Amino acid sequence: MKANYGYKDGSGEFFITLDTDRCTACGDCVEACPYGVLEVVDDPVDPLSDVQVAVVTEAERKKIKYTCGPCKPVVDRPPLPCMTACPEDVIAHSW
Amino acid sequence: MAEDTNSKEYWRWTESNWRDPDIDWKAGEIISVGIDVGSVSSQAVILVDGKLYAYSNMRTGSDSPKSAENAMDWALEGTGMTQDDIHYVVGTGYGRVNVPFAKRAITEIACHARGANFMYGPTIKTVLDMGGQDCKAIRVDQKGKVVAFLMNDKCAAGTGRGMEVFANLLGIHITEVGEMSLRVEEEPPMVSSTCVVFAKSEASGLLREGWPKEKVLAAYCLAMAHRVVDLLERLGVEEDFAITGGIGKNVGVVSRIEKELGIKALKPTLDTQIAGALGGALFARALEQKGRKSK
Repeated sequence: MKANYGYKDGSGEFFITLDTDRCTACGDCVEACPYGVLEVVDDPVDPLSDVQVAVVTEAERKKIKYTCGPCKPVVDRPPLPCMTACPEDVIAHSW
Repeated sequence: MAEDTNSKEYWRWTESNWRDPDIDWKAGEIISVGIDVGSVSSQAVILVDGKLYAYSNMRTGSDSPKSAENAMDWALEGTGMTQDDIHYVVGTGYGRVNVPFAKRAITEIACHARGANFMYGPTIKTVLDMGGQDCKAIRVDQKGKVVAFLMNDKCAAGTGRGMEVFANLLGIHITEVGEMSLRVEEEPPMVSSTCVVFAKSEASGLLREGWPKEKVLAAYCLAMAHRVVDLLERLGVEEDFAITGGIGKNVGVVSRIEKELGIKALKPTLDTQIAGALGGALFARALEQKGRKSK
């Protein structure tokens, strides 16, 4: 399942995509994110299964413009901590 | 004297409840309920062994638990059923964690996908949920399971609440704005922002310039359609395609989305606003079955 969480700012519309089929729920991304945007929970869109996946927390969904913005790659900024931390390449950004 | 637009509530859409008189719920094995407490409207759907038995659709008040109860009570009205007869309740929507009698809260994305699968059948592949305060594009498989979804951080921009504000501004009833927006000879340029606050002030300016109400509405519906088509195209649209939520009833927006996509949306067979609660009730049934099996 591909979960796309989007936001719009002055420079365009962006999406953070989590490919939950690849997610092993290891939680490395949760640890790596400096702003607490991610969490591992029971798959919210598949309530009949017991599989756990990483998601953008409910509280952050409407404000990732502010919380993910600081990690947006610009000159001299290191690669995104969440993407670097994930061993399965679950996380992608449309930047 | 000028008509006092403040005393009339043009935004007020018709609340409704419905019941299938041919179903004897007492003979049913599993009675499951889905309650969708949205930002603008709340619905309760009652299923008897997976068949649609009754529903209600009303406005959400300032108090989520109360709205859930009101919707539940209205759906139960005249059925002779009480809350004790219900086996499993699922809460969904904005206020889903505040549904007092729900055993489980499930996200509206999962519920709309499941509800749309029930409403339109297994051929449905793309669902656009245009709710009161946000919209979501969802791809589903033939069982109604979510394959992909896309949401954004937007507020009331280009959604049901925005349309209500426009109905009030122009003094045209919410049920007529869609139809009226189609009464233009050619499409005007769209308003430059779907943000309700900006769009409203832009619309006031256009009215002052002498634009007829039809043209202003067309400009707004067009902007709203354009915005969600952007979302849909990013996710990829595959037929069959359907629109759930309140805006699914607005022909001015729906027809413009169809035109821009080059794809027709399936005609609704049920009230598009109940899709979330319906999906919730279907999950409630499945969860009750699962619980009974494991006993």
